Parts: sequence; C-alpha cells; structure tokens
Amino acid sequence: MTEGKIDLQKRGAIGEELIRVEHLKKHFGDLEVLKDVSQVIRRGQKVVLLGPSGSGKTTFLRCLNLLEQPTGGKIWFEGKEITAPDCDINRIRARMCMVFQQFNLFPHLSIRKNITLAPVKLKLKTKEEADADAERLLARVGLREKIDAYPRQLSGGQQQRIAIVRALAMNPDVMLFDEPTSALDPEMVGEVLSVMVELAREGMTMVVVTHEIGFAREVADHVVFMDDGYIVEEGTPEEVLLDPKKARTQDFLRKVLK
Amino acid sequence: MAEWFLQVQMKFILRITEWFQKMQAEFTLNFIAKDRWRLLLTGLGNTLLISLFAVLIGILIAVVVALVRSSWDTTNERLRPGFGKSVFSFFDRLCRLYITVIRGTPTVIQLMIMYYVIMTSTKNGVLVAIISFGINSGAYVAEIIRGGIMSIEKGQMEAGRSLGLNYTKTMWYIIAPQVLKAILPALANEFIVLLKETSISGYVAVMDLTYAGNRIRGATYSAFMPLIAVAIIYLVVVVGLTKLVGILERRLRQSDGR
Ligand SMILES: Nc1ncnc2c1ncn2[C@@H]1O[C@H](COP(=O)(O)OP(=O)(O)OP(=O)(O)O)[C@@H](O)[C@H]1O
Ligand SMILES: [Mg+2]
Repeated sequence: MTEGKIDLQKRGAIGEELIRVEHLKKHFGDLEVLKDVSQVIRRGQKVVLLGPSGSGKTTFLRCLNLLEQPTGGKIWFEGKEITAPDCDINRIRARMCMVFQQFNLFPHLSIRKNITLAPVKLKLKTKEEADADAERLLARVGLREKIDAYPRQLSGGQQQRIAIVRALAMNPDVMLFDEPTSALDPEMVGEVLSVMVELAREGMTMVVVTHEIGFAREVADHVVFMDDGYIVEEGTPEEVLLDPKKARTQDFLRKVLK
Repeated sequence: MAEWFLQVQMKFILRITEWFQKMQAEFTLNFIAKDRWRLLLTGLGNTLLISLFAVLIGILIAVVVALVRSSWDTTNERLRPGFGKSVFSFFDRLCRLYITVIRGTPTVIQLMIMYYVIMTSTKNGVLVAIISFGINSGAYVAEIIRGGIMSIEKGQMEAGRSLGLNYTKTMWYIIAPQVLKAILPALANEFIVLLKETSISGYVAVMDLTYAGNRIRGATYSAFMPLIAVAIIYLVVVVGLTKLVGILERRLRQSDGR
C-alpha cells in the first residue's frame, strides 16, 4: 500500500499553526456576509464548517485563499500575512488547494492534463514526474483507466474524485473543500467521502464545508457552526454535534438530522 | 401535322443554337478578349488579401478590446478606487466608444474617411482597405470574443487561480482554448461577412473582385456575364469556406470527447 500512498510531503510539524484568521469581515455591497470571524487551523487538523444556507461558509473558505478579497481583518499562512498587499498570493494558493462543489474540471483537457497542468506550468514537477504522480494518484482513487478520458465522459462522482486528485497533485499543505458532495447523486456521495476519509487518515490538513454530519462525526477534530456571519459555536464533534449549547446550533442539527 | 411539329422543333433548336452562340461571343468578349479574365483574377487576389489581413488585424485589436472590456466588467466592483482604477476605467470607456462608433457608422463611410481624410498621404488603396476593414472588423470580433469569455463558467477561472496559476496563465491555458472553441464558428462567419463587405473597396479605387467585374462591364457594355461571373466567384469562395468551418467544428467537437 505504501506505493499508492498519497505523498504527504511534510513541511512542518503536526499541530503547528498553519492558518490564522483574525476578525475577518466581508461584505458584498451593503450585504455583510462575514461580520467577525476568527479561527486558527493547525497542521494535520480537520475542520468541518457547518451552518445554514447563506451563513457565510463558502465566503469564509474563499477568503482563506483570497478568491474573495476580505473587507476587514487579517489572515496569516505559516506566519506570513497573506492579506498584506505585497504577498504573492499565487505561491500561497499553490499550497492550499480547493475542491469545488461543481468540480470545475477543465472540459477541454484530458484527465491527465487536468491533473498535470498546474504542477508542470508552475515548474513544481517535470512533465514525467507529473505524469507518474497523476497515474499513481488516479490508481489510488480507482480511476487509473480514465487517464485519457475527458471530464464530460465521467460521472459526477468520478469527476469530483479527479478534482481531488488534481488538488492533491499540487502536494498542498491544506485542502479546502466546499460542499464537495452536494452536487452529486446520492449513490455517488459515498465514493467521494471515502476518498476524503482516507486523506484525513493520512494526516492531510482539511477545511471542509459540508452538510454530511456523519462525515463530520467520523473525521473532524474541530467542528465550527456558523450563522449569520459569525461563529456561533465551535469545539470537538462530541461537544458541537452531540451536546450543542446554543439554541441556533440545536435548531440547525435537528433540521439536518431529520 | 407531323410537318408542323418538325417545323416547331427546328425553330426551337435554332433558337438554342443562336443563344449558345451569343453566349459564347459574350463570354469571349468579356473574359477572353484583351485577357480580361486577368482583371477578375487580380480582383479576387485583392479581395482575399484584404479580407485575410483585415481579419488578422481585427482579431489583434479585438483580443485587446475584449480583454479590457471583460476584465473591467468582472473586476471593477472589487478594485479599490485609485489611480490604477481610473486608468483602467478610461481604457474601458475608450473601448466602448470604439465599438459604438464602428458599429454605428456605415463601413463604406469609414473606408472613405480613412482614404480621403486620415491616410491621405498614401495612394496604396489596398493598404488603406486592409487597415480600415481591420479596424471595422475588430469591433465586431471584440464583441464575439467578449461574449465567448463571458460564456465560460466563472468556476474555470477560479479553479485555475486556486491552483496557483496567475491570471495570465489561467487565461492562456484554461480560458482561451475554451473561448476559441466556442467562438470559432462565429469568427469564421465574421470572416465570410467581411469578405463580402470588401466589395465596397472600389470606393477608394481598389481593384477588388467587384470593381474588376464593374471595369469589364464598363468596357464591354454587357452586364450579365461580368456580374454573374463575379457573383459565382464570391459564392464558390464562401461555400468553400463554410465547408472548411464545418470540418473544423467537427474536429473540435471530437477533441474533447463529445
Ligand atoms: N459574489 C457575491 N456577490 C454578492 N453576494 C454574494 C456573493 N457571494 C455570496 N453572496 C451572498 O453572501 C451570503 C453568504 O453566502 P455563502 O455562499 O458564503 O453562504 P453559504 O453559507 O456557503 O451558503 P450555502 O450553504 O447555501 O452554500 C449569501 O446571502 C449570498 O447570496
Ligand atoms: Mg456555500
């Protein structure tokens, strides 16, 4: 199994501070989406974000890699302030890859190219290394034979697994998942979640927005419940999922678990 | 009875023979005599030359205009006010003005202004026509390209950026190939429209295909032969181009596994 193992090239010690968010604010015009969010994410940690629709989970995640420009507060990555104007965000983004709800594979490129494009163009790997890694990672998620297929020839579940491989091929320090299973037919949710569970077991740092409470319970070591632009409650899965203190959390869980 | 029938038949055959002879004489007069077919050949050459270089110039202008317009449209809300934004805004307005003026005035007027007002020092009509039609076509192609860029899902740019590719690389490797594929039929169509539109080049004394036909008409005082010949040549070129585009489109469709 070592051969197929996802290569987690460690750049730092488990448990050290990886991302720090302080008093993050974001508004779109008059709409305040994030009002004051602070959070520390440590290497190896699996953080699950929960919350009702419109509570700002996606926006928070997208602020972490500056797909959205925060309107207030600061974010650090490995002690470097990425919200500072002189920060080269592209270098940071290459190390915190994102998996989207809609997969966002590149339809005009083969699966191989989808996976190898960024590492090769950013000169992180040679073409040969990238190809070998792509094959190895694809085999890992059971899609080795799809390497020359095109995205539209694949099912949603297969596409999302490939999107995960594409992110993994960057050898990221942290992976951001935005509801990776909500665009999938129910019978395909399992195959994607099991890839994520395995990743988690291997020690990948993950920030996951999801409505899959089962996944949160199994994988998370920190659960954050957001509502209306604030973090309402956070803690271990046991604390937040089994014994929530706040009425809004209790309400939300009751609705989701029904 | 039989005799009468024979007479009619004879008359008919006579008429047809007469008509053929007349046509033959006309043909000889219009195309063979004084090597007049050479005029048509020169004309066709100029028509193709003008169309081809004009469309190239048009695409060059259009890419710049479309990039300014679409990146302004997608980013202006997020930019901080300042000098950079003002400059950007100025260029966006300039591009809009260009498109409005070009699309709002007749091509033949643009051509004449270019020849008689702006480029008065050159008597190279072909050059003037190339530049004038190039500028004209740029406005239309710009809108085609802008539409193409806008038709690509926002997630594609985000996926590229989230992997650490910068704006230019994402545009080049991910957006542009998809845009090209999407707009190729429209571009080819624009070329066909342009090719026919160059038939007004005679206004600035350029010997294009139409003008060549007209010259023959003026010399021989026959209208049918030269005009029909010109029409047929345009038709053959356009139908040929249309066929080529069809083949190209099919190739492109196959290339991403549809
Ligand atoms: N680019 C944008 N422009 C304007 N409003 C936006 C934009 N992106 C998000 N919003 C608004 O911000 C609010 C929070 O959105 P966000 O996507 O962060 O919520 P969410 O918690 O991820 O919800 P969901 O569970 O539905 O995905 C919503 O009201 C949304 O309409
Ligand atoms: Mg969301």
